[in-house]
Amino acid sequence: MTDQTLSTPPVSDDRRPDLPPPITVAGPIAWVRANLFSSPLNIALTLLSAFLIYVIVPPVLTWGIFNATWTFPPEVVTGERAPKFSDCAPGGACWIFVGARLGQFIYGFYPEPERWRVILSFVMAMVGIYGLLGAPVRFRKASGIFFFIIFPIVSFWLLRGGLGLLPVPTEQWGGFMLTLVISIVGIVLSLPIGIVLALGRRSNLPVIHLLCVIFIEFVRGVPLITVLFMANILLPLFLPPGMQVNVLLRVLVGITAFAAAYMAEVIRGGLQAIPKGQYEGAMAMGLSYWQMMRLIILPQALTVAIPGIVNTFIGFFMDTTLVSMVGLFDFLNMVKAGYKDANWVGAEITGYAFCAVVYWVICFSMSRYSMYLERKLHTGHKKR
Amino acid sequence: MATQAAAQATTGAELKVGTDVMIELSNVNKWYGQFHVLKDINLTIYRGERIVVCGPSGSGKSTMIRCINRLEEHQRGKISVENVELTHDLKNIEQVRREVGMVFQHFNLFPHLTVLENLTLAPIWVRKMPKKEADEVAMHYLQRVRIPEQAKKYPGQLSGGQQQRVAIARSLCMNPKVMLFDEPTSALDPEMIKEVLEVMIELARSGMTMLCVTHEMGFARTVANRVIFMDRGEIIEQNTPEEFFNHPKSERTKMFLSQILHH
Repeated sequence: MTDQTLSTPPVSDDRRPDLPPPITVAGPIAWVRANLFSSPLNIALTLLSAFLIYVIVPPVLTWGIFNATWTFPPEVVTGERAPKFSDCAPGGACWIFVGARLGQFIYGFYPEPERWRVILSFVMAMVGIYGLLGAPVRFRKASGIFFFIIFPIVSFWLLRGGLGLLPVPTEQWGGFMLTLVISIVGIVLSLPIGIVLALGRRSNLPVIHLLCVIFIEFVRGVPLITVLFMANILLPLFLPPGMQVNVLLRVLVGITAFAAAYMAEVIRGGLQAIPKGQYEGAMAMGLSYWQMMRLIILPQALTVAIPGIVNTFIGFFMDTTLVSMVGLFDFLNMVKAGYKDANWVGAEITGYAFCAVVYWVICFSMSRYSMYLERKLHTGHKKR
Repeated sequence: MATQAAAQATTGAELKVGTDVMIELSNVNKWYGQFHVLKDINLTIYRGERIVVCGPSGSGKSTMIRCINRLEEHQRGKISVENVELTHDLKNIEQVRREVGMVFQHFNLFPHLTVLENLTLAPIWVRKMPKKEADEVAMHYLQRVRIPEQAKKYPGQLSGGQQQRVAIARSLCMNPKVMLFDEPTSALDPEMIKEVLEVMIELARSGMTMLCVTHEMGFARTVANRVIFMDRGEIIEQNTPEEFFNHPKSERTKMFLSQILHH
């Protein structure tokens, strides 16, 4: 029995050849149509975006690049006088302000002949971070020992001085260096403390659970600025008279506690994403609680929590600017001090623009790194 | 049934059963809140036994075998494995877990580790085996479950049947004295059940003491020396597979068998 209307046989073993797609499906024209002009709303949004780019980008480029002053006047170069704000052309950025003040922006009041110590510490930090995050896995253990044990001790000695080096009290630390010190200490300490708090909050032991909940909820319920003021003003009141705690140390304790409380909640979120079966699989093989956590649960929970962890890091990095409220001269505060100089009155816009670029570059790098890390740690499609 | 050919080669009855007690449950009771899940369970398992536990869902069969390695806590009665009693003592619990392997319905492989790392983790950290030796043991068992070529892959890249075979190999790497199976084929697509059952049958032939919660009656007929029927938290009936399937005694067993055998 045959059906005359059937144009192809119902069963065919011949594969049909793959034809190229029509022009409306692939290629640049199709892309523009699909992404920019696919619907009336999309067309309106495309036009609005184009208009905003036209309004914003040219003036920013004019101010920041074309009208900006990039070089010192000849008298300054020959050393006849110091540079000042009036050397800059009006209507443009005054980048020579940054050039003239860069030393202070980076090192604060750190004595000039001793600045190599800051540079050396910075290089050590970068080597350690690269070793932990970027280098091949076989260097990881050595990098860990270097970054978490050798680096803190050596750089503390380098920065603080003593034992043969000229002592530099922390009151003279400032600028970008101080921002980095606070950030690195805070970030490096808040992660392990956050992990312990998160595990404690999920603990079956009521006392530990309660202590962790109280700590987390108390710290999270208070603005950072309050934590800093408390660390700076209240803490000395509780200490025995005559006992002095360094301002920087007080601030570090406060800000680390703050970051750790937020970190704990981010990590708790990651822990909750791990199915019960993972715990059971680990326990059934006889792993102890800490082995199970370290080898099975935390690696997965931290991977899940990467976006949140990096988000907290970025927020924390920005929050370090608040230490200016208790009299520390971090990077932003140092720039502020720069334009308050009589020679540089008027340079604040340039100063803030410079700060914004520096903070943005660092935060954007962190963000990109976290996305790279997420891709790297993704092992196949996870069904469970 | 896929296992029929194998069944002719050896039946469960021909495999040897020892006389020394491996696992003993006496008057075990457990509650989930108000719900009485296990009611006076008494069960003695001898070395080399292959026991299949079946029963309707919610009958407490999974709960019972999960009590044996303390994934669940029982509230009354006594459970001991090789004369080590399971109490709140963590040392005892860890000792029992080292000697008792478990295979889960959902495999519970560690997705962030490769297949090989999944297999060597417990030998290295729990048995303190050198890495090289652990790798060798792992490859040996991967060969036994017939997937040595997948060693470097991650669990997420394998099929369900392959994952379950990895899970079995992972337990075997600890050289356990008993293997518990908690519905090992229930989450698998039909065409993958066979490959997992074949591995389990082979394991039974090697003399492993096994306790399996499963609905695979072909498997029970092939290798089990005892079938246990549970309903509403009680052991209703236990017998050799022959007797159990051909001459069930209790009404509840008859009803259960008529439901699962005529689908």
